[in-house]
Amino acid sequence: MEEKCGDGICGENMKILEAERLNKRFGGLTAVSSVDLDVKEGEILGLIGPNGAGKTTLFNLLSGALKADSGVIRFKGHDITGLKPHQIARRGIARTFQSVKIFSRMSVIDHVRLGYLFGKLESGDGDEAEREVGEILEFVGLAPVRDGRGGDLILANQKRLEVARALATKPALLLLDELMAGLTPTEMAEAMELVKKIGQRGITIVMVEHVMKAIMNSCDRIIVLNHGVKIAEGTPKEIAANKTVIEVYLGE
Amino acid sequence: MNIPAKKYGSLIALITLLALLVGVPGYMSSYTVILITNILMYVVLTLSWAIFSGPTGYISLASAAFFGTGVYASALLSSSLPLPVVIVIGGSASFTLAFLVGSLTLRLKGMYFTMFTFGLVELVRNSLHWWEVNMTGTVGRLIISADNTIIFYSMVGIFVSVLLVSYMIKRSRFGLALESIGESEEAAAHSGVNVTRVKAATFAVSAFFMGAAGATMSMRWTYIDPTTAFNIQFSFMPVLMAIFGGTGHLYAPIAGATVFSLLEELLTTKFPYYYMLIFGLIMLAVIRFMPHGLEGGIEKWRKSVGTGSAVKT
Amino acid sequence: MIIKFLDIAIGGLLMGGIYALIAVGFGLQYGVARVLNIAHGEFIMLGAFCTWTLFTMAGVTPLVSMLFCAPLFFAIGFVIYRIFFTPLRTSSESPAAFEGNSMLASFGLLFVVQNLALIIWGTPVKGYSYLAFPIHLSGAVFSANRIVTLIASVILGSAFYVFLVSTRTGKAIRAAAQDPDAAELMGVRINRVLALCFGFGVMMAALGGLLLSMTSIMLSPVMGMQYTLIAIIVVVLGGLGNIKGSFIGGFILGLVGYVVSSSQPGLSMVAYYVIFLFLLLVRPTGLLTK
Repeated sequence: MEEKCGDGICGENMKILEAERLNKRFGGLTAVSSVDLDVKEGEILGLIGPNGAGKTTLFNLLSGALKADSGVIRFKGHDITGLKPHQIARRGIARTFQSVKIFSRMSVIDHVRLGYLFGKLESGDGDEAEREVGEILEFVGLAPVRDGRGGDLILANQKRLEVARALATKPALLLLDELMAGLTPTEMAEAMELVKKIGQRGITIVMVEHVMKAIMNSCDRIIVLNHGVKIAEGTPKEIAANKTVIEVYLGE
Repeated sequence: MNIPAKKYGSLIALITLLALLVGVPGYMSSYTVILITNILMYVVLTLSWAIFSGPTGYISLASAAFFGTGVYASALLSSSLPLPVVIVIGGSASFTLAFLVGSLTLRLKGMYFTMFTFGLVELVRNSLHWWEVNMTGTVGRLIISADNTIIFYSMVGIFVSVLLVSYMIKRSRFGLALESIGESEEAAAHSGVNVTRVKAATFAVSAFFMGAAGATMSMRWTYIDPTTAFNIQFSFMPVLMAIFGGTGHLYAPIAGATVFSLLEELLTTKFPYYYMLIFGLIMLAVIRFMPHGLEGGIEKWRKSVGTGSAVKT
Repeated sequence: MIIKFLDIAIGGLLMGGIYALIAVGFGLQYGVARVLNIAHGEFIMLGAFCTWTLFTMAGVTPLVSMLFCAPLFFAIGFVIYRIFFTPLRTSSESPAAFEGNSMLASFGLLFVVQNLALIIWGTPVKGYSYLAFPIHLSGAVFSANRIVTLIASVILGSAFYVFLVSTRTGKAIRAAAQDPDAAELMGVRINRVLALCFGFGVMMAALGGLLLSMTSIMLSPVMGMQYTLIAIIVVVLGGLGNIKGSFIGGFILGLVGYVVSSSQPGLSMVAYYVIFLFLLLVRPTGLLTK
């Protein structure tokens, strides 16, 4: 029996997100098959699996970009199945994208302003807003380029920008889709630092990754998908030792 | 309110322009008054079109439908209501139509939306024609014409309104949302923007001014029927003018519309049989070589002489 | 009862054949060459006027004109694509940008073609009469030229279908329709194929216009646009990229149009449009796709 999780009354190990028997098909192809998912508040959960395993589809279902064929999604105890992306964003789930979707002609600071103004249920304004926006830019390390255009940034900074925009919506849950893709080892280390800092702020994180080192080092738990089915779940140590998982990856 | 230095220039230019405009009927011939009214009409149509289609990238071909709705509203009401009221009603009718149509069809991909708006003019025209034939019995309607000067000042008023609204939208959070929609609807939605509602609302606002312009210009004609009110040229011209001028900064659609209407005026008197041909060729040349219009060329030039950094940060 | 049914069926199919042809043409241009050709109707108009000119000035019967018009308009379309759209495709920042740009360019094309027609043929409406005698079919009366039109469109449509299915070029076109990049990797000369498709599209339009002119309607340089609209609606009805669907969809729409105009003349365009709206909202992928 779990208690409803409202702001400020959550304890450890509360489930911030629960998904039951999610299914999604595209024509004849089953992308996600009867997946159950529980995310504990405050944890960093890894989502791994070979290409085409359904990870991004799962993210799309959770964030409202796609409608599940069947199944239920509950966030903080409330049913959010079928809600539109902007509604889910306002309730506190934010995400980044596999192929970075920043606004190339928009300034860095405006990206964050956008998230701030539209991403919450009640929107602050004026000086308060500017202060918070500035703070978010500092937090991700983009303060020096705040007036630059999104399209002029290098990839690593564009990823920071996506994160900043997502954080501006004041999420309780952040979905990171392949944050490490395309980054140099140095940049990856910085990204991992950032993820850690975000977790320290109390934001729950679910990250899809292919870079094993990142997953093993930062995640509290890991879920493995293959062909749309959850095949394993556990701590990094357990997953590393899991025979089915090893087979699936070696068979790649 | 803090106005940065470079905006002083634009503000002064605008005030000067308005001062000149206000004085026109007093100093210029009636031909000039009519000419400038025409130019203002196209400027209003193009600016309105750019309010929505500029940032979102959705190419609407429905302008003639909204303009025509205003014309028709005026035809129905001008004998019983004062002009300002008629203009507002014409604008509101178009606003409502656009909001309805927009809410339904703006969820579609860009091309489907364009295809749909392309037919909207015909749809409204055909429906009204059928209605007039079968329900009211009169196909043509007479309008109480108004004085050229009154029409002129009304158009100036509408022009100033569109300009103001365009400016305010650009600087507001609404404008920010629009910009984000134009770049990535998906990212905008996941940042909390209600994409369909923002699109529909903007579409409706742009239609309002088109309807208002229609209601005003209808006073020029003494006789209105669905065919004269809903002329597809009013859908094509604003697009042509906006592409030619550009849609990024506010001056761009104004410049494009002014140049093109002057060109049209010149060509229809000198080469009445060729002006569409020339416009078409210009359009083809612009698309092929300068897809961002005059504005694109100007901004490129600005960048090359300015201090813009080419290095990625 | 059967007579009434046959009357409606055949009556609807008569225009339907033309709708089918112009829709297939439009579908080739948009579905494969990715050009939303707003000027499609102008080429329909051109086809009609060329036929009229050949008939009234040189006494060439429309069916014979086909032999001349088909290759002519194919060439026109091919050349237009090569000299204008191919470089545009290269210079556009993305496929989406190309679609937008090419649509706007087709605007320009509309202006140019319509104006040229106005210059050459002038504003007064034209028409000619060919095979206008009545034929009686199980109690209903139809004009012979309309029946010939129907037969011709079915033959043309089937011939094209066979071409698509059995020739190498046809297969290349189908591959390009599915996935242009993959097709290119497999050795298909994509620029040539796209230009071919555009050429075929214009050819279909002209043939549609030719058949249209045979049905004794009044021809005017501004007649094109409503047919562009009809082509769009049929293509959406049948499913984008689905040639067979466009063909069948044309007949369906023709039937609807006939039924509507028999009871409420003047409302057929409205009926088409309502169908269009319904499709876009409920099933934008088309009724005839899987």
